[in-house]
Amino acid sequence: MADRAQPLGLVGGGIVAAGSVAALTLGCIAAVLWRAEGAFALGAGDTAAIRFTLVQAALSALISCVLAVPVARALARRRFRGRAVLVTLMGAPFILPVIVAVLGLVMVFGRAGWVSDVLALAGLPPINIYGLHGVVIAHVFFNLPLATRLILQGWLAIPAERFRLAATLGMGPGDIARHLERPMLRATLPGAFLVVFLICTTSFAVALALGGGPRATTVELAIYQAFRFDFDLSRAAFLALIQLAVSGSAALLALWVAVPQAVGGGLDRTVERWDAARPALRLLDAALIALAAAFLLLPLLAIALRGLPEVWGLPAAVWAAAWRSLWVAALSVCVTLMLALTMALAIARARHRGVARGIEAAGYLAVAVSPLVIGTGLFLLVFPIADPVALALPVTALVNAVMALPFAMRALVPAAVEAEARFGPLADSLGMTGVKRLRRLTLPRLRRPLGFAAALAGALSMGDLGVIALFADPEAGTLPLLLYRLMGSYRMDEAAGVALVLLALSLAVFWLLDRGGRVNAEV
Amino acid sequence: MLRFEGVEIVQGGFRLAADLTIDAGAQVAVMGPSGAGKSTLLAAVAGFSAPAAGRILWQGSDLGPLAPGARPISMIFQDNNLFPHLSVFDNAALGLRPSGRLSADEAERVRDAVTRVGLAGLESRRPGTLSGGQQSRAALARMLVQERPLVLLDEPFSALGPAQRGEMVDLVAGLCRERQATLVMVTHDPGDAARLGGDLCIVADGTVSAPMPAARLLADPPAALRAYLG
Repeated sequence: MADRAQPLGLVGGGIVAAGSVAALTLGCIAAVLWRAEGAFALGAGDTAAIRFTLVQAALSALISCVLAVPVARALARRRFRGRAVLVTLMGAPFILPVIVAVLGLVMVFGRAGWVSDVLALAGLPPINIYGLHGVVIAHVFFNLPLATRLILQGWLAIPAERFRLAATLGMGPGDIARHLERPMLRATLPGAFLVVFLICTTSFAVALALGGGPRATTVELAIYQAFRFDFDLSRAAFLALIQLAVSGSAALLALWVAVPQAVGGGLDRTVERWDAARPALRLLDAALIALAAAFLLLPLLAIALRGLPEVWGLPAAVWAAAWRSLWVAALSVCVTLMLALTMALAIARARHRGVARGIEAAGYLAVAVSPLVIGTGLFLLVFPIADPVALALPVTALVNAVMALPFAMRALVPAAVEAEARFGPLADSLGMTGVKRLRRLTLPRLRRPLGFAAALAGALSMGDLGVIALFADPEAGTLPLLLYRLMGSYRMDEAAGVALVLLALSLAVFWLLDRGGRVNAEV
Repeated sequence: MLRFEGVEIVQGGFRLAADLTIDAGAQVAVMGPSGAGKSTLLAAVAGFSAPAAGRILWQGSDLGPLAPGARPISMIFQDNNLFPHLSVFDNAALGLRPSGRLSADEAERVRDAVTRVGLAGLESRRPGTLSGGQQSRAALARMLVQERPLVLLDEPFSALGPAQRGEMVDLVAGLCRERQATLVMVTHDPGDAARLGGDLCIVADGTVSAPMPAARLLADPPAALRAYLG
């Protein structure tokens, strides 16, 4: 009973943190609702934007999942040197700055890109990377690896004995597909499809860089255009409501269908497969793995090749933007960690399941709300009282922090709950409370997930091209914004140099923070 | 007969040597401390791993080049013996045809096997709706229709209670005797070995002992077995 006061304080802190997140997201939605002023009539452009958003998301999800199945199968049944590295790499697009990847894809698949050069040799016309094609290619680039990891997990969850049993029964690849693989895919694919679909409905930077025009404008892009080109706030607000409805319903659907979670570890084991020893299947799998790896690595290679000679000659403005990006990321990491840690600890300590659920739900709100919706709302809230442009960087950091919160929570909550369950009673009986408990129990136990959460928040913020595009003065923006502007003016060499710097900084931020949680961590 | 000829199994730092013969039609229990390599031994016979040295022969021919499915073996694992999405009948039918497409004759054989293990009337049930004992019986039905001369069981009934386990050991021993199949069963329970009534091999200290009558060994255990039995 003596420990009552402390947990209540902790839980109270969590409720306050969750409340602020909810107030921010819901407050922005309220501001948007209020500003939309009942202008609830869909114009032709709006329906086109909704249709394009849904079509590109569905196509991207479909293609990602269909391609991911054979790639995951190949990775599940082959052992080769570098397999672990490849599987890890497949987690990397998540922390890759979107605009960097887009530039890489333009260099490989664009009009003057490598693939078009090869096609020209065969007398074929070049690919058009802009419009629906480009948006889908970019989304597949980001989500094929994710879908592959999700499906690979399903494969590895099939008990090894089943494959052994199948082997003693002399089952061929067809029988194994029927009895083992298809039931697993039926359970895994709907969730994987929905995750990718949801991501693609809220992705802004890809549409900004590759979309546009009446035939390839997403709702998010339309919000941006209403803001930037027309400064029509009530129209932007109305579009934000549409976006909220689209991504909110996708998120609800994803909640309803059990969505598989991409876990960090455990993907490095393989099951020996006696049915797959045939040379033709070996060849097929090798080709699939090589193609998937090339698709992932070629765009980055293109940037490295073209960017490296440029790096030394980059103007001072680039380094100034890099500096701004870094401190926005630092601020964003601090806010994310503070929110996620208080909320995770409160969830672990809460005696009422309802309270724990409520706090967790607040943390995940950002999944359903796109950055541009929050951005629009914040702009509407700030505009009457201050100059939004002056606040661009802090606002960007704040929105980035809220966007990273779901991922940070996913890393921290299970670890906090476990630490509390295993050591909570002991700590209670020793009278470890307050700062003592935080320093001696909580932080040491949570070091790894804290490091990982910080790394994710940092890398996501470094690469963000969302709210910043809405608010910032183009001359004082972050590195991704600068890169986007260089691409817009077709200064591709300089763009490649900036992209390389941004890529290196993002990876360095991720690596340093993640490593900070690992070094000397006792598990 | 099943002959281990200078067999050496190596896995990382783990080594197990086996040089012994199990007579055709024998019923052999394999016991030993956990981690000693009992399951590893069975996995080598079944073809899931290749020995680093030596040969494993069945009736004089080397099993080495054969894929697991081509070996004269039916195997029952500790768990995951049944496909959860298939009925009892379909699971048993896999022993005859992995594709599941049966002629009328073959379907009759599967039904016989299901009846023989005492699951008549439960053919259309999914494994999830069966008790642990019934699941073991369904796996035995599949073993029956496979009609392979060598039956390997890897702690197959360890999830069952003592009474049920004894019943299942009797059932599987009876079925194998009827068909003159050779039975090798890994177990951690001396009661199973005694109940089986055949021979006993002890896996300990990196070697597999030659089979000896279980009753005699259990009555007067040698050092390795005494250490395990405690």
